[in-house]
Amino acid sequence: MSHELMWLLVAIPAVSAAILLLGGKATNGWGHLLGTAAPLASFVCGVLLFFQMQGLDGEERSETIKLFEWFSVGSIQVDVTLLIDQLSILFVLLITGVGSLIHIYSIGYMAHDARRRRFFGYLNLFIASMLLLVLAADYLVVFVGWEGVGLASYLLIGFWQHKHSAATAAKKAFVVNRVGDIGLSLAVMSMWALFGSSAFTTVNAGVEGVSSTWGTLLGLMLLLAACGKSAQVPLQSWLLDAMEGPTPVSALIHAATMVTAGVYLVVRSHAIYEVTDAASTAVVIVGTVTALVGAIIGCAKDDIKKALAGSTMSQIGYMMLAAGLGPAGYVFAIFHLLTHGFFKANMFLGAGSVMHGMNDDVNMRHYGGLAKYMKVTFATFAFGYLAILGIPPFAGFFSKDKIIEAAFADNLVIGLCALLGAGITAFYMTRLMLMTFFGEKRWEKDVHPHESPAVMTGPLVVLAALSLGGGALYFAGHWIVEWLEPVVGHEEHHPPVSALVMTLITLAVVAVGIVIAVVLYRRDIPREAPVQVSPVTTFARRDVYGDALNEAVLMRPGQYLTRTLVWLDNRGVDGLVNGLAALFGGLSGRLRRFQTGFVRSYALSMVFGAAFVVVALLAVRLS
Amino acid sequence: MSAVLMTQVLPLADFVAPKIEYNELAPLLVVFGAACVGVLAEAFLPRQLRHVAQVALALVGLVVAAVLTVLLMVDDKKLIAAQGAISVDGPALFTWITLLTLTVISVLLFAERSVDGGLSAFAGQAAAVPGSEAEREGTAAKVEHTEVFPLTLFAVGGMMLFASANDLLIMFVALEVFSLPLYLLCGLARRRRLISQEAAMKYFLLGAFASAFLLYGIALLYGYAGTMSLGGISDALATKTSGDAMLLAGTGLIAVGLLFKVGAVPFHSWTPDVYQGAPTPVTGFMAACTKIAAFIGLMRVFYVALGGSRWDWAPMMWIVAILTMVVGSIVALTQTDVKRMLAYSSIAHAGFLLTAFVGLSQAGSGVTNGITSTQAVLFYLVCYAFPTIGAFALVTLVRDAGGEATHLSRWAGLGKKSPLLAGIFAFFLLGFAGIPLTAGFTGKWAVFTAAWTGGAWPLVVVAVLCSLVAAFFYVRVIVLMFFSDLPADAPDVALPGWQTTTAVALGLAATVVLGVVPGPVLALASRAGEFIR
Repeated sequence: MSHELMWLLVAIPAVSAAILLLGGKATNGWGHLLGTAAPLASFVCGVLLFFQMQGLDGEERSETIKLFEWFSVGSIQVDVTLLIDQLSILFVLLITGVGSLIHIYSIGYMAHDARRRRFFGYLNLFIASMLLLVLAADYLVVFVGWEGVGLASYLLIGFWQHKHSAATAAKKAFVVNRVGDIGLSLAVMSMWALFGSSAFTTVNAGVEGVSSTWGTLLGLMLLLAACGKSAQVPLQSWLLDAMEGPTPVSALIHAATMVTAGVYLVVRSHAIYEVTDAASTAVVIVGTVTALVGAIIGCAKDDIKKALAGSTMSQIGYMMLAAGLGPAGYVFAIFHLLTHGFFKANMFLGAGSVMHGMNDDVNMRHYGGLAKYMKVTFATFAFGYLAILGIPPFAGFFSKDKIIEAAFADNLVIGLCALLGAGITAFYMTRLMLMTFFGEKRWEKDVHPHESPAVMTGPLVVLAALSLGGGALYFAGHWIVEWLEPVVGHEEHHPPVSALVMTLITLAVVAVGIVIAVVLYRRDIPREAPVQVSPVTTFARRDVYGDALNEAVLMRPGQYLTRTLVWLDNRGVDGLVNGLAALFGGLSGRLRRFQTGFVRSYALSMVFGAAFVVVALLAVRLS
Repeated sequence: MSAVLMTQVLPLADFVAPKIEYNELAPLLVVFGAACVGVLAEAFLPRQLRHVAQVALALVGLVVAAVLTVLLMVDDKKLIAAQGAISVDGPALFTWITLLTLTVISVLLFAERSVDGGLSAFAGQAAAVPGSEAEREGTAAKVEHTEVFPLTLFAVGGMMLFASANDLLIMFVALEVFSLPLYLLCGLARRRRLISQEAAMKYFLLGAFASAFLLYGIALLYGYAGTMSLGGISDALATKTSGDAMLLAGTGLIAVGLLFKVGAVPFHSWTPDVYQGAPTPVTGFMAACTKIAAFIGLMRVFYVALGGSRWDWAPMMWIVAILTMVVGSIVALTQTDVKRMLAYSSIAHAGFLLTAFVGLSQAGSGVTNGITSTQAVLFYLVCYAFPTIGAFALVTLVRDAGGEATHLSRWAGLGKKSPLLAGIFAFFLLGFAGIPLTAGFTGKWAVFTAAWTGGAWPLVVVAVLCSLVAAFFYVRVIVLMFFSDLPADAPDVALPGWQTTTAVALGLAATVVLGVVPGPVLALASRAGEFIR
């Protein structure tokens, strides 16, 4: 497959989405099949492109095609240009590969939903937008994809819109994302102002020459965008609510792909972050804080999906941290992004499978001892569990270990935070495993846990295998480092102690986390969440007071502002408008009276008019 | 003795046959010829054949004339024909082709018989007393006045001649040739005949009054220049130093006559009454075609003959333009009849056109690049005329027992009854308001640009403010159609025949195409160049 055809990657799911969404009920019967075939076709294209790339040298693997000129205004010209290189092909494979598995899984998961066809239409829309996002060669086109995935995310979080909580969650996600999007649009406008273009090549070439202030500002704007899309502190609050969406959505969009777009953006903009230490440091701090906050939130949630969502935030925090470290971390940010895509999608789909068997109950306090009843789900979930903990030889071990190493090499405090995060991760994931699959059964009599159909467990098995084998990308001769180096660059980091010692320390911390969880959760777990809890638990349960903070700092002042503006609008603007309307209306009513209907008065008005014309002519001449 | 007398009275030896450029004047001759044949057909053909024959004859005549005009345009003909009486130049040819196309559409609308139960919009017997037994019998027998088609041909022929007249006397004759048929057509409505006849009477009286002003103005200019040819007057302006009183008075009176036809304030008072009373297809024809012919005639006289004294008349025209825009858009605010509202809207549009006219953006007056006033006006007229006919065609479709339901209150909730009709009408209204991506926007852009480059920026400011006011009454109708409840006794929406459908479709197409890709027509207008002398 020629790289000239890379537009097909985006076009296939886009066309499929259009057919499904515009075709209406006529496509109900086969909509889910078309919807699944589209990402599979894109995946096949992606694989072909990937293997074709293997045959080329490192520098030649990057290919750009110009599809068409989008618009040209004055000196600003924006072309829709696609770029496929070592970085974007990995994303293409992740998005279409994991995406296809999740589509297949959804056939089973959504089998009883009357609006399944529409669901697949939205999923295809998401795939198309996400591919456009990672294939675009111009920040403005990235923005189009960025908004597209935001739209798809909104539509899918609120897919069960009859539930008030889902509708509210969708709205919240949309609003919070909008805050981040302001960052990206400001960045694009600044790029036009600074470089006259927002194409990657122009920006990368021009950024060397800008002042450090502008470099930092650009970096911070892009970081704001990344925070919104990737649910990083301080824009993290939407992700937990986003779990109201169907579980495949949580797996695909809110775990594996869309939420990692922020990491992609930072890595893709490495040229900008290379000229600004301040913005890079901000990225590291945001990543570290989120890694800890997410992990803390994950500890206190009884809702299995929210616990996983906290975990997602935390893991993306790790990626962000790595991305902020510069060339030492870019490769590992992407590496962890890929392995996280595998094991987190795996666990989300596993959680979906559990819910499927438990009448859609998400409260882990109502689970317990499910390992016996859902053997495949349990086994595959365990693979994901071991991967996220970073137990060798699972995929997460290689990727996370490298990030912690790089963090220590950069700064001791950051390194310690990353290490602590790994320990907390071990704690809450063990807690989740124990509450769900072990211990006494705590469900009601009318619940009959059962294994999910093959169409759902099949993807689980594939993802479990990837959770185990994904590490091969690194340990097979550091393949991913060599692969990405031409695009993002790489430099070896030198941790204060040897890599082996680092690994052992990390594993020890993880073991401590596991042990604490086992000690705490081996005993009986009450069906109802205890009310009398320590302030620390309350702190974690209330999402680290993220919502309270937003309400106090943003929502209430915002409400006061809008109230004031409404008052001004009613009194001032409306008064002016209505007054003007009354003035013209009155004038019109008076002028209208000249139209008497009598020819004699019309003729008289013409005589006056003629007199006026002649007088005006004379007046001009005489003046 | 008698032989001497004979040679004195008829100097045959000196007589030279006038040179007539038949080739260049062929479109005019074809239209007038078809009109004469139509009169004969009216006399000799049996009644049941007349309708088909007249429609076919009119359409064939118009299409042949249009083809001949296109051929002339391809050759890029520019000459003064018929011994200096008629100038066949770019603007004239552009006007001809526009008029002919619009008249084809109008003839189709005149021929429409499906919206009123197999009857046309015209009275069966104009002479029958309204409400009388004779009228009822005529209606039952389905008699109708097929004379409207030859009359239309005469009218359009007169308009073409008017737009290309290079001599004030020819211009006056042409004015009467197109006015008299229009007076008649106005009085021929089948429904609400009294108001129709009243409109015809008013139009005739005021038209005659305006003609008198024009004729007096012509006489005064002749007194000043000693010639009636536009070029001759221009030469006299350049050389003569005396007789300015006659020049100014003549200019003023000619302006009155022409501004009357344009529908400019304060000579506009006939417009709403006549537009309301005339049969709606005729209103559409007048609103589109008369406006075009009158404007081109106005510009020809004031640019070609009186261009040399433009600093005398421009200030007066500024005031007229401002008055026209302001009065047109403000009085339209309180109109309750859709036809009257469109009439005031056409007055406001005349004002917008006048801005380009008095902007005097001309190749000769220092404007080297950009759009000239002539081109802008030509383009605007096209942008305005097609949607106008389409809008009036839609008005014919909203009917109740008494004929067309033109009171605006009857249009409430129409969007629920007929979303298609209301949607298209709303689109036309948005076009008139000048919303981007419609013809109204590009047209306004053209005239405002011309006015601005010519230095008339205060006019452009007033025009933009008036557009704002005008937008209100256009949008008000849209709100009325779409956001009001449909009353129980709402009027019906007649199913149009192919004729009305074609008229509406062409108006719609023009509004979209000229709004989105105005390039080709703008290029055509700029190819038309300037008036020759």
